[in-house]
Amino acid sequence: MNTVQKFEAKQLEKLQETKQVPSFGAGDTVKVNVRVKEGTRERIQAYEGVCISREGGGINENFTVRKISAGEGVERVFPLWSSRIDSIELVRRGSVRRAKLYYLRDLRGKKARISERTTGHDIEAREAKPKKESKKAKAKSADKKADDAPKADKPAKKTAAKKTAAKKDKPDKK
Amino acid sequence: MRTGLIARKEGMTRVFDEDGRHVPVTVLKIDECQVVSVRSEEKDGYVAVQLGAGKAKTNRTSKANRGHFAKAKVEPKKKLAEFRVSNENILEVGAELGPNHFVKGQYVDVTATSIGKGFAGAMKRHNFGGMRATHGVSISHRAHGSTGQCQDPGRVFKGKKMAGQMGNERVTTQSLEVVGIDLEYNLVLIKGAVPGPDSGWVYINDAVKKARHEEAPLPAGLKITEEDLAKARAERDAADAAALAEKEAGEKAAAEEAEAALAKKAEEAKEAAAAEAEKPKAEEKPAEEPKAEDEKKD
Repeated sequence: MNTVQKFEAKQLEKLQETKQVPSFGAGDTVKVNVRVKEGTRERIQAYEGVCISREGGGINENFTVRKISAGEGVERVFPLWSSRIDSIELVRRGSVRRAKLYYLRDLRGKKARISERTTGHDIEAREAKPKKESKKAKAKSADKKADDAPKADKPAKKTAAKKTAAKKDKPDKK
Repeated sequence: MRTGLIARKEGMTRVFDEDGRHVPVTVLKIDECQVVSVRSEEKDGYVAVQLGAGKAKTNRTSKANRGHFAKAKVEPKKKLAEFRVSNENILEVGAELGPNHFVKGQYVDVTATSIGKGFAGAMKRHNFGGMRATHGVSISHRAHGSTGQCQDPGRVFKGKKMAGQMGNERVTTQSLEVVGIDLEYNLVLIKGAVPGPDSGWVYINDAVKKARHEEAPLPAGLKITEEDLAKARAERDAADAAALAEKEAGEKAAAEEAEAALAKKAEEAKEAAAAEAEKPKAEEKPAEEPKAEDEKKD
């Protein structure tokens, strides 16, 4: 490794400590949360679209996100490691056969669709299943709790309703 | 006037600034840059330091230079250069300079021999427009055209831009910003491009057209070795630890007070709860009822 490569590797290590980037590639739909500065205020703006290319390596890596905004195709190139990018969320994996999807620029509407990828690299069916089950189990237990809770609430509500009825009666009497 | 440094151009890369914008930088390495000799007013008529950089094989160094390096008690250097300094900024022979000679945010001039392009035409050398591709032009599409007037001057003016040697000359790029330094690999990062090829020697000086940076060390930034860095780090860590300990102690005391207060409150709450719990039992109604009533009334 020459000095520049060493220096880049060191920088990248530092950036990786502070930031996590999901593994994504061309064809995947991603949501990029971009830090936008307006005067002195800073807010986060989401930019969601299809990643059509990843290029460069190490600290020089960029990715291009394409979306259709108000009927017009928009592409933005982001440096992967810029601190202006707050976070990147992987929304959906796409099944494509190319590393660069520049052909999407010539396609409109239905032809520009990308089917979802359910198998292949980075998708581990074995891991995904138990996670779902555990979520279901959690949901069930949560449901049970939820069922329990209203029972306790109901009598209180009824009495409260009675009370309000009583309140309504009082002013009439007056 | 401070001394400059001899550095080696390593190449270009990018760094990200605080706002996440990428800044193109040239990486310059300070490689064993030592003072080899000093020129003095009495002896030489001017004041300067001679620096050497890089590591040369002894058997590839001329006998005369070997003697010169031996006198200074430094390893043979690949590159030697003189830097004019003012009287108060003279350095000791053998002193090693490091990238901490420059500070982030200061401006420098970088001098080097530019990449040679050979004998170049007027289009490449002076950005001439050339001639037309058609309309009767023959064989001279990239020629520079007329070089002057008629019989009146009867000659070509001096300095006329024409074809000739391009590049391979000493070039200084002025007022380049120092983006950062790296003490681990002994690097100076300079914003933008610097003349010369990768792995070529460059001279870095304080910018002549900008005021000296306040934090730039005087007379020069002597190299910080890793041991020194470790010491400094240890000291800093120790100071941090002490500060932390103090803070923690303060927080502990505060936390204890808060806990005591909480405990008191909890006790009171317990007593109150016990008292309340007795009441509803007597009335044989759920404890929640009175609360719900309160809420509705509100």
